[in-house]
Amino acid sequence: MTLAAAPHVNTGDTAWLLAATALVLLMTPGLALFYGGMVRTKSVLNMLMMSFVSIALVTVVWLAAGYSLAFGDDIGGGLIGGLDHAGMRGLGPASVHGTVPTLLFATFQLTFAIITAALVSGAVADRTKFSAWLVFVPLWTLVVYVPVAHWVWGPGGWIATELGALDFAGGLPVEITSGASGLALCLVLGPRLGFKKDAMRPHNLPMVILGAGLLWFGWFGFNAGSALGANGLAAAAFLNTLAAGCTGLLGWLFVEQKRDGHATTLGAASGAVAGLVAITPSCGTVSLLGALVVGLAAGVVCSYAVSWKFKLNYDDSLDVVGVHLVGGIIGTLLIGLFAEKAMTGGTEGLFYGGGLAPPAKQLLAVVVVASYTFAVTYGLGKLLDTAMGLRASEEQEHTGLDLTVHAETAYDHGVLGHGAPVSASVVHSVQKAEHQA
Amino acid sequence: MKLITAVVKPYRLDEVKTALQELGVHGLTVTEASGYGRQRGHTEVYRGAEYRVDLAPKVRIEVVVEDADADAVIDAVVRAARTGKIGDGKVWSVPVETVVRVRTGERGPDAL
Repeated sequence: MTLAAAPHVNTGDTAWLLAATALVLLMTPGLALFYGGMVRTKSVLNMLMMSFVSIALVTVVWLAAGYSLAFGDDIGGGLIGGLDHAGMRGLGPASVHGTVPTLLFATFQLTFAIITAALVSGAVADRTKFSAWLVFVPLWTLVVYVPVAHWVWGPGGWIATELGALDFAGGLPVEITSGASGLALCLVLGPRLGFKKDAMRPHNLPMVILGAGLLWFGWFGFNAGSALGANGLAAAAFLNTLAAGCTGLLGWLFVEQKRDGHATTLGAASGAVAGLVAITPSCGTVSLLGALVVGLAAGVVCSYAVSWKFKLNYDDSLDVVGVHLVGGIIGTLLIGLFAEKAMTGGTEGLFYGGGLAPPAKQLLAVVVVASYTFAVTYGLGKLLDTAMGLRASEEQEHTGLDLTVHAETAYDHGVLGHGAPVSASVVHSVQKAEHQA
Repeated sequence: MKLITAVVKPYRLDEVKTALQELGVHGLTVTEASGYGRQRGHTEVYRGAEYRVDLAPKVRIEVVVEDADADAVIDAVVRAARTGKIGDGKVWSVPVETVVRVRTGERGPDAL
């Protein structure tokens, strides 16, 4: 007689996932620096805030309903989970998901939702009303991120169970949703004042490199953590993540050197991120050779894709479309060619004898997720624009959102042209002291 | 007296300073400046997008000298600042009515 083994927590897996969760959370402040360095001095704090506040907003909405809707039992058709665990009801220290505590799994997944929302802000930099962003992020998380996460990873989600498309760490829910949403939202908002006329050069490239470095560091938690265990698959995903980031970086620099005659710092940071984006869905499904190709393809293609905005006339300020949508699509599609049985445990890509079915499934998943995301985000953007206005006033945008929205400036240069007040004197505390005297 | 103003490439500043010291010029004022003449600025590339930066970095050197020394000073500055390449800068002089040394109140050439 054999007894079915009761689910139990594995301490090694749990220890690794605790660390991985912290790593993924660090990606969002890293993203804040990455984006913050790329905008002009006058709006750097606003850019940092859009990422930072997303941590708080998404956490609240995730604990209230997001986790349950994404990872609760399916309530029909593989489209969405139920509200059984709303408010984390029914989950405690003894709850187990696989070999890790359910509360840890939920927190790990929460960090994915956080950075995905923050990624969207790169497309709408410098001109979005902060109040509108505070409303957009929770709503967007519920109507876009959560359903797509359920389709791909949730119990009974249709992309995983019915279609059988592969996505290891989030090409569809993270990269393609953020990219397609960035495109939709920047179309609703319109371009920044002076788009294609004024130079909008990055104000702090060392900050961009620091941010990219923190992103890369955190990405090991993102990808290797997605194995949900301290095991060989995590190790393979970890190495693939390093490899693809490197070939992405080199691919982007190669294009820049050939095309522009200079290999730039921003290009190195962007290429690494493009490679990491593309390897996200594929890090646990392709071989090391596949990872090198995925990263290189993303570095080369994304470096061309970022110029689309100038040709097609949409102001995706910090290239969320060119890097995350395009990179996410590359990584998700190449799984159909490079998937290896040793990694997936079953599915093989076209190049390994798997036939045309895997690439077709990957393509269908990409098309559906990108279309759904674009349509819903565009509708949500229009709705918010009508209800409360999505765009900052012309004066705010011209002066910079730091001073006009947050009443702060990032740097006290005190020099004309830097956007900081030339001189300031103590107001509030002096008045207070006089009042008390 | 003459105010001689030179706008030159920043990396020629040390040579200009040395040349003026050798001529016996006692003091000078240096300001970081930016601008362009015929050479215009330079091009920067970010993610494949080229940005034309019109204003090139320069230093602006100002000295006040006696009329008799003006030509020698101008020649020294030009010799020291010249690289022969585009963007070497300009030197000009204008008459000065009065100079006062703030510490002592001396006026005119004595204040130089």
